[in-house]
Amino acid sequence: MRIALISDIHANLPALEACLAAAARLDAHRLAFLGDFVGYGPDPDAVVARVRPLVEAGAIAVLGNHDQAVLKPTRDMNPVAAEAIAWTRNQLGAEAKSFLGGLPFEVGSDDMLFVHADASDPAAWHYVTDGETARASLEGSNAQVTFCGHVHVPALYCLSAAGKMVAHAPQQDVPLPLLVQRKWLAVIGSAGQPRDGNPAAAFAIYDTASHSLTYCRAPYDVESVSQRMRFLGLPDSLAERLLKGR
Amino acid sequence: MVKQRLNIGTVLDGFRVDKLMHTGGMAHLWSVTREADGATFLMKTPVVFEGEDPAAIVSFEMEQMIMPRLKGSHVPRHIANGDFAVQPFIVMERLEGETLLPMLKQLPLAVERVAEFGAKIADALQSLHEQGVVHLDVKPSNIMFRPGGEAVLIDYGLAHHQALPDLMQEEFRLPYGTAPYMAPEQVMGIRRDFRSDLFSLGALMYFFATGSRPFGDPLKLKGLKQRLWRDPVPPRKLRPGIPPWFQEIVLRCLEVKAGRRYPTAALLAHDLRNPDQVRLTERAAKMERDGFFAVLKRKGEPQMSLIDVPPVVPALAADAPIVGVAVNLEDMTPTLAEALRRTALRILERSPDARLAVLNVLKLNRIALDQTIDEQGHNKHVQRLVSLKDWARPLNLEQGRITFHVLEAIDPADTILDYARVNNVDHLVMGARANSTMRKLLGSVSGKVAAEAPCSVTVVRNRVAEE
Repeated sequence: MRIALISDIHANLPALEACLAAAARLDAHRLAFLGDFVGYGPDPDAVVARVRPLVEAGAIAVLGNHDQAVLKPTRDMNPVAAEAIAWTRNQLGAEAKSFLGGLPFEVGSDDMLFVHADASDPAAWHYVTDGETARASLEGSNAQVTFCGHVHVPALYCLSAAGKMVAHAPQQDVPLPLLVQRKWLAVIGSAGQPRDGNPAAAFAIYDTASHSLTYCRAPYDVESVSQRMRFLGLPDSLAERLLKGR
Repeated sequence: MVKQRLNIGTVLDGFRVDKLMHTGGMAHLWSVTREADGATFLMKTPVVFEGEDPAAIVSFEMEQMIMPRLKGSHVPRHIANGDFAVQPFIVMERLEGETLLPMLKQLPLAVERVAEFGAKIADALQSLHEQGVVHLDVKPSNIMFRPGGEAVLIDYGLAHHQALPDLMQEEFRLPYGTAPYMAPEQVMGIRRDFRSDLFSLGALMYFFATGSRPFGDPLKLKGLKQRLWRDPVPPRKLRPGIPPWFQEIVLRCLEVKAGRRYPTAALLAHDLRNPDQVRLTERAAKMERDGFFAVLKRKGEPQMSLIDVPPVVPALAADAPIVGVAVNLEDMTPTLAEALRRTALRILERSPDARLAVLNVLKLNRIALDQTIDEQGHNKHVQRLVSLKDWARPLNLEQGRITFHVLEAIDPADTILDYARVNNVDHLVMGARANSTMRKLLGSVSGKVAAEAPCSVTVVRNRVAEE
């Protein structure tokens, strides 16, 4: 079975559609959404409306910190993100809010774990950005493969039986065999707000039979989304960084 | 991990174990039969003991990741991987014959023979490097040859794949490799430089041509590091019969800084196959090792300053391409000759490390013994070379960046294609036949080359004024 992993959509409907279309072309028939459906982007209600029936039909979905912030005000956000959250809160209907409110922090399935941020403490929203934080997250998970998002830059970590950490910067479209005798942590890049210098939507495909993970990109019309963000009055800096993927 | 003792007759995933072929430090090799069709293969299993060096396991994991992705005649064909939960194994093509190891008893070998081996091994390395893999353990016991002559590199247990997580890099503090052949940067823990393999091949050629190892066979890290500051005895001092071109090639491979070695294995193979066109430097003339004070000074430098740290995006063949320009002066107007030159120049400007091979085909008659001395008594071959050099003069390329080749053949297109294949040419440039009646009668050489070439082809044609 091939699972499409899509994370950090951030209310960017064209980016989501590009990922879904690419995943279908790659024969991925199961979907896993790793949180942050909303925040930053122009289409929060439309993204939730698109995702909800997929989740009702069996797609995996977990809660992200932006989803939580829309429902429950928090102080742990920078001013730009907070401004976008305030805007988002006004855009979301009751149905969308109830969908987000019902999402779990993590979902386990077979030898896999799906979570938005650090698996050792999913509600704390720690960032997994290096070997140290990856180790903490891996030690908090019993799964052979843990999938997360949150940092917007794709990365892959693995822990050997001897406790050694390997960090790897994955290349696009290269299937990576996740050896079953090791524990792996796969950070999936962001679909709707990438920050690795490539504005195309990031997602990944995991083949559960061959245990191989492929990081992919789906290009879409970034310019028009950026223009809409400005038009709707979202912070300029967010519209700008979308174009650069930074 | 479940440990299963393998015995003769054990069947694993449809492969029956027939015979133990070899036991090494890290792995066992078994001859196996696929029960479904009776085909025989080689099975590799890691040596696993409680509390043993985990390197055997990690290197086996790397090999299981890398081997299934490798293609081409220079690697053993991968058949199957065995699950670590039951019994880890790799089943691969079983190659006939020996490795280069027994050859050590016959050293030193004639330089021509070493160059022939060397060029074939460099071809194999080029193929591997193009697939993003650094072998990191090039040595006689890891090299075999197919009946057709192609070198095959076996054992990917220490290899690095550019696009895969490097499990060896993080696992061990000490460098892994084989002491006599290990490149200085590899000694310092750098595993991603393609040019490390060229150093190892240089050490192998040095050993094969002189009978002694350039850096001995040190057992400790301290001894391994000596190659950072201590240069080897020049081969010509050990064996005065060794020609300067061979020493030039070997000492260039053995440069401590990777940036001073050949940029690609293809360029090394090209030099090994064209000894008369090797650009000789002070390396070729060197008859003594560097003096005491020079070595002492290097030894005092910070070790990392002695080596080159490779760029994160490695230089692939595209940055140092071999560009073949087929020049047929008999069938070419001066305007076309000029257009061809300008096209070549444009390519060279964009790739400062590019090498230009200027080709000309001297057509032989199909039936009669050819008359290589023409009526005026000039040797045709020499004449052609002179005119090729004349064509290339305005390019102003220093010796070493440009070579000239007059190929004698019956079919020009086939000959150019062969040349491109054998010499790993990355880009062919050629002119279109000027006269369209001639093209109709004789067929288009450039058309055939463009259709069948193993690389990019640029066909240069002058715009024809409309009538």
